[in-house]
Amino acid sequence: MVELRPGARFQSTVCATEVIVVKGTGSAELTCGGAAMVPAGSAERAGEPSADASDGTLLGKRYGDGDETVEVLCTKAGAGSLALGGVALAVKVTKPLPASD
Amino acid sequence: MNLMMLLEMAATAMGERVAVGPSGSGITCDDLMGRAAGLAGRLRASRSERLLLCGEPGAILPVSLFGAAWGGAAYVPVNYRLPDDDLRALAERASPALVVADSNGAARLAGVDGLEIVERDGLLADPSGGSETADLGDWPADPDATAVLLYTSGTSGPPKAAVLRHRHLVSYVFSTVEFASAGPDEAHIMAVPPYHVASVAAQLSQVYSGRRIVPLAKFDPEAWIDLVRDQHVTHAMLVPTMLARIVDALDRRGETLETVRFVSYGGGKSHRTVVERALEVFPAAGFSHAYGLTETSSTVCVMGPDDHRRWAASDDPDERARLSSAGRPLPGVEVSVRGRDGTTTGTGTAGEIWVRGEQVAGEYAEGGSQLDEDGWFCTRDSGHLDEAGYLWVHGRNDDIIIRGGENMSPGEIEDALLTHPAVVDAAAFGVPSREWGEEVAVCVVARSPAPTADDLRELVRARLRSSRVPARVEFVDDLPYNDTGKLLRRELRQLYGADPAPQVD
Repeated sequence: MVELRPGARFQSTVCATEVIVVKGTGSAELTCGGAAMVPAGSAERAGEPSADASDGTLLGKRYGDGDETVEVLCTKAGAGSLALGGVALAVKVTKPLPASD
Repeated sequence: MNLMMLLEMAATAMGERVAVGPSGSGITCDDLMGRAAGLAGRLRASRSERLLLCGEPGAILPVSLFGAAWGGAAYVPVNYRLPDDDLRALAERASPALVVADSNGAARLAGVDGLEIVERDGLLADPSGGSETADLGDWPADPDATAVLLYTSGTSGPPKAAVLRHRHLVSYVFSTVEFASAGPDEAHIMAVPPYHVASVAAQLSQVYSGRRIVPLAKFDPEAWIDLVRDQHVTHAMLVPTMLARIVDALDRRGETLETVRFVSYGGGKSHRTVVERALEVFPAAGFSHAYGLTETSSTVCVMGPDDHRRWAASDDPDERARLSSAGRPLPGVEVSVRGRDGTTTGTGTAGEIWVRGEQVAGEYAEGGSQLDEDGWFCTRDSGHLDEAGYLWVHGRNDDIIIRGGENMSPGEIEDALLTHPAVVDAAAFGVPSREWGEEVAVCVVARSPAPTADDLRELVRARLRSSRVPARVEFVDDLPYNDTGKLLRRELRQLYGADPAPQVD
């Protein structure tokens, strides 16, 4: 389990993926490549993503759960795929905001 | 969390794209990484905790901003238009620091204690200056480290240093910009001065979205138009006075600018007439009106292109008036309007504007955090929310006119005056009155045939109510603005507040 809060950063332990939390708070089971994610910079990579969680992550994409309580942004891409509480996170298609600067 | 995350992502996905400069010969994202690493090494070697930037918009901006972030120093762009004594006093406050300046700035800052001065061109050519270049990824990770110090424009009192931490600016970009969303042909003209928060926000947003920055060193409407044509600029951000001057210049030239797809304006009050004209001279552009403060990492509310088109085309005067609003809060930003007693006012009722969100810093180097215990920041702007959730900004609290206990927004009176076809610009402000505490005074710039003072009084009476009718009407050649486009009502109060207002019949 990890503690989610906006700005918290997590890394995969089985691929190069890193994410930052954009939305969501509280304890959550955040995984990448089938393995629990850990605070960024806290672990070396060991092993490979499991076969059923290896669709990969895309740099700069936002991933969210179905009920829109959690959103993470991929800051480093990797071979594993993201899940929250065992449910795969999907790339969020957001309506682009008008540029303000 | 560090601003460098944004550049690293951009360089990973779009390394070959030009980040700043001409399309053929500018600095690419990869190049920008390399120079930032060099400057970071130089900052570490000199043990500088601040990088003071004294100079005009140019490629030096993102090199300095990201180099400082990488090297663990705060980026401190200062106002090079200040008189020598004020500039040196500001630099003294910011020292010890590494100063990046053009040759003129270097000469003006020479001899100030604690400054190590590097000339801009030398730094661009050799960022590390012989120091060891920083290693990829070794920037400080502390989200609470200071990223930027900005001396606020100070329309009242001496400038204060607003503190923006890495987490505020990174949150702002992550919640408002889609990564790598810009097409390869997109270019953003950067004309706002470096010491304006919009310059900082724009650099981060353009790099992260992959849009080329085209800097304009000295703003002048003719030079701006020429650079837009020459560099096929697609995006622009302007303060209202710049927009007004560009619209005038295009009118004079009888031209329109078709390459521009997007114009955002903000950072001061904009007049509806200018916006309506702008919609015509930028026929292909979507418009955004942004409201924000230095202390909130720039924009907190925005009225986008769809709203502009909708309200401009409306026959309903109330809907059309919405062109003067600041739009709705960004995702992740909450806005509340409160009365003097601290409770939320109802829809349509004026009060103080408070904001809350991850990007809201609300902190000064001198006074610490100004956030309340729940994280809310008082903007000291007055305004109201309408029934559709649009924020209307009336002006600084200090500028509110209190006549006989009744609070009046100068903006509302100015908007009424500007509906007169011959009124070019207008400022309303309070002057002391024995009878009412304060009376309404207005300064008006009018073209011929100019209205009479009584015409204008009648206009205000008809559109608003009799308490808003100005006791004093002055016709002037121009109004005082600071160099980031803010109307200095304080100066008018000083100028016209000394002698008692003549009696109205």
